Amino acid sequence: MGWKAKDLLEIRILEAGEILTILDTADSMREIAGREIKKVPTLRGKTVVNLFFEPSTRTRSSFEIAGKWLSADVINFSASGSSAEKGETLLDTAKSIEAMHPDVVVVRHQSSGAAHLLARNLRCSVVNAGDGAHEHPTQALLDLLTIREKKEHLDGLHVAIVGDVAHSRVARSNIYGMRKLGMTVTVAGPPTLIPPFIHELGVKVSYRLEEVIPQADVIMMLRLQQERMTGGLVPSIREYSHYWGLSLEKLSRARSDLLIMHPGPVNRGIELSPEVADGPYSVILDQVANGVAVRMAVLYLLAGAKAA
Amino acid sequence: MNLVLKGGRVIDPANGVDQVQDLLIQDGKIAKLGKGLKAVNGTQVIDASGKIVCPGFIDLHVHLREPGFEYKETVKSGTRAAAAGGFAAVCCMANTDPVNDNRSVTDYILAKARIEGSVRVYPIGAVTRGLKGEELAELAELAEAGCVAFSDDGKPVMNTRLLRYAMEYTLPFGIPVISHAEDHHLAAGGVMHEGVVSTELGLSGIPAAAEEVMVARDICLAELTGAHLHIAHVSTAGAVRLIRDAKARGIKVTAEVTPHHLLLTDESVQSYDGNFKVNPPLRTKRDQETLLEALVDGTIDAVATDHAPHALSEKEGEFDRAAFGVIGLETAVSVLLDRLVRQQLVDLPTLIARLTHGPARLLGLPGGSLAKDALADITILDLEQEWSIDPSRFLSKSKNSPFAGWNVTGVPWMTIVGGNVVMKDREIVGAPLR
Repeated sequence: MGWKAKDLLEIRILEAGEILTILDTADSMREIAGREIKKVPTLRGKTVVNLFFEPSTRTRSSFEIAGKWLSADVINFSASGSSAEKGETLLDTAKSIEAMHPDVVVVRHQSSGAAHLLARNLRCSVVNAGDGAHEHPTQALLDLLTIREKKEHLDGLHVAIVGDVAHSRVARSNIYGMRKLGMTVTVAGPPTLIPPFIHELGVKVSYRLEEVIPQADVIMMLRLQQERMTGGLVPSIREYSHYWGLSLEKLSRARSDLLIMHPGPVNRGIELSPEVADGPYSVILDQVANGVAVRMAVLYLLAGAKAA
Repeated sequence: MNLVLKGGRVIDPANGVDQVQDLLIQDGKIAKLGKGLKAVNGTQVIDASGKIVCPGFIDLHVHLREPGFEYKETVKSGTRAAAAGGFAAVCCMANTDPVNDNRSVTDYILAKARIEGSVRVYPIGAVTRGLKGEELAELAELAEAGCVAFSDDGKPVMNTRLLRYAMEYTLPFGIPVISHAEDHHLAAGGVMHEGVVSTELGLSGIPAAAEEVMVARDICLAELTGAHLHIAHVSTAGAVRLIRDAKARGIKVTAEVTPHHLLLTDESVQSYDGNFKVNPPLRTKRDQETLLEALVDGTIDAVATDHAPHALSEKEGEFDRAAFGVIGLETAVSVLLDRLVRQQLVDLPTLIARLTHGPARLLGLPGGSLAKDALADITILDLEQEWSIDPSRFLSKSKNSPFAGWNVTGVPWMTIVGGNVVMKDREIVGAPLR
C-alpha cells in the first residue's frame, strides 16, 4: 500500500491500512539500527527541519537520528534562542523556514492544532511531533510497533492507559490507533484527569487501578505534569502516587505476559516505582528504539517514497 | 426629504401589520401607511414592490472598538457595516480603551457617531470602573449621558454583592443590566465548548454549566432586586430553561441570541480555525435546537450579533491563542433569512420582530415600529437576491466572519435612518440627518 497524504498530523483520520503500512515500513527500517554503518542513501539531498517550540530531548533526537540514518540533512530549530522568543508568530517562523526549501517540517508545539496550522500554510510535508493535548502520532505508532513486536499481533489485545488522560496527546493518538486496529482500550485515572465524553471515542473508563490491572495485556502509564496539582485536579503527588502509581505490589494480580509502557520521561516514584520501571514487564527502552524506526518510516513515506 | 415607499410587503410586528402597502415618510418620521399613497412634489419615490419593508433593525450587542482599538473597527467603519447589513441602530459595548465607564467616553462615542456615523449609535456603559468588577462606575451620569444599558460584557461581574448593588442602583433609570453570564473560574483556560469535540481536539473546554450557574445567579439577583436583567448571547439549552422558568415566574429578565449560536455548533472548530472561536463558545446541536425553539416562542427576545471585530493577526494563529469573537453586522440578516426563514424554521414576521420590536422594547429605544410618528428607521429586504459571502468586500475593518464562503439567498436591500437612505445594495449612499 502506497502513501498519498502530504502530512502526518493525526492518527484519527488514518485508516487501519495506512497505520499498518507505517508499521510494516518501520519493521523494515529496524534492521538498519543493527548495522555497523548505520546509513542508507534513501533521503540524500532531502532536508528535514525539526521545529520544536517545547522542550524535548527524546522525540527531537529520535527524529534527528531517523533523518540522519536516511541521509537527510537535519536542521534543529528550537524556540529558545530563536526568533520565537523575540515575538515572531508561529506562521512567520514557519514561512521563513519554508523559504529555505525543506522537504519535511517536524513540529512540536504547545498549542493543539499548531501542526494543522502549519500544514495549511506550508507546501512541504508536516509531521506532527506533538501538538498541545491533541495528538502525538509517531508516539502512538512506536507504541503500536512495540506491542506488535512483543505480542506478535494487535487485534483483541486489551490496553489500559493510566493517568492524566485529559492533558495527554499520547493517549489520544493511541486511543484512535488502537481502536482502529481492533484493540480494547480502558482509560483509567481520577475523574478529574479523564476528559469529558471520552467514552464516545470507544473506550472504557475506570476509576480504580486495581480493577484494570488484571485485565490488561498492556498498561501504558502517562506522565503526571506537576502543574496539575496547583489547578486543583489532584490533591497531592503523595495521594496520586499512592492510588495511581504502579508498584510491584499492585502488579501481583497482573498477567504474567503484561507489558508496561511509558512515553517518557518517567517521574520515578510518582507514576512508576523504580522497580517497575526497570522491571521485567517494562518495555520502555524498546519504545525508544522503535521510535527511531517509526520516524524513519514516516520520513521515508512522506519525503522518499514518492520520489522513488 | 420626504419619501414614499411604494408597493412593498410591510411587516411591522409591533403593530401586527403584514400586508402590501405604501409608506409615506415626512420629516424623518412615519407619516402614513396605506394603499395608493400619492407622492406630492419633492417626495422621492422608491419602488419597493416585491420587497419586504420593516422597521429598521436594531443590533443591541456590538463592539465598535472606538476609542482605543481603531485598528479593529471605528464608529465610522462599524456603523457603515451596520448600514450595509440592514441595521439602522446599534448599541455599542463598553470594553473600549478607555472603558466607557464615565461620561466623557460616552460623549466621545456619541460625538463620533453624530459626525461620521451611518446609523444610530446607543452606547452601553460599564457596570464597574474599568470593567474590573471592584467598584461601580458612575452609573447615574452614564445614564444621563445617553447610555441605554449597563454591561461589563466580556467580563462577568463575579462579585455577586457588587452586581446586586448595580442592579439596585440602576432601578430608577429603568434600563437593564446586561449580563455576560460566565463563571470565569469554571471557564478558566477554556477555548471552546466542553464536549466530545474538545476532547477529540485536545482543546480546553468551557462547560455549559459555566454559563448556566451565572444565569441562575443573575436571575436570583433580578428576583431579589426587581431590576431588569438582560442575558447576552445565550448559548446553552440549560440557560434557556432557566430564563423560560424565570419569565414564567414574572421575573424581569430578557435575553438575546446570536446568529452564530443559532447556526453553528462546536463541530465547526474541527478545523482549528480561529474564526470559530467565540465566547460563549459554539455549543452542540441540542443547544442549537433549543435556542431556535426559544427564539420562536419568545423566551429569547432579540437577535444580536455580538459583532466583535479583530485583526487578522489576532485570529490566524494558534487556536488557543486567538482572540474570542466574530463579526456579524454584515452577515446576520442574510444567514438568518437563508438558513432559518427559507428553511421554514422561523417565520419572517417572527424573525423581524426579534430584530426590531424585541430589542427596542427591552431597551426602551425609539424605533422598532412603523406606527404613525415613529422614527423613520426602515430596513428593506430583498428575499430573492443571492449573495456569496466574501469578507474581503465587507465595510467592517475586520474580516473575522464564520460565514465566509456561504452562499445565501435574501439580503438587506436598503437601510433608511431618520428618513434618509443610507444604504442601497451594500453601498453607503447617504448619511442620517445630522
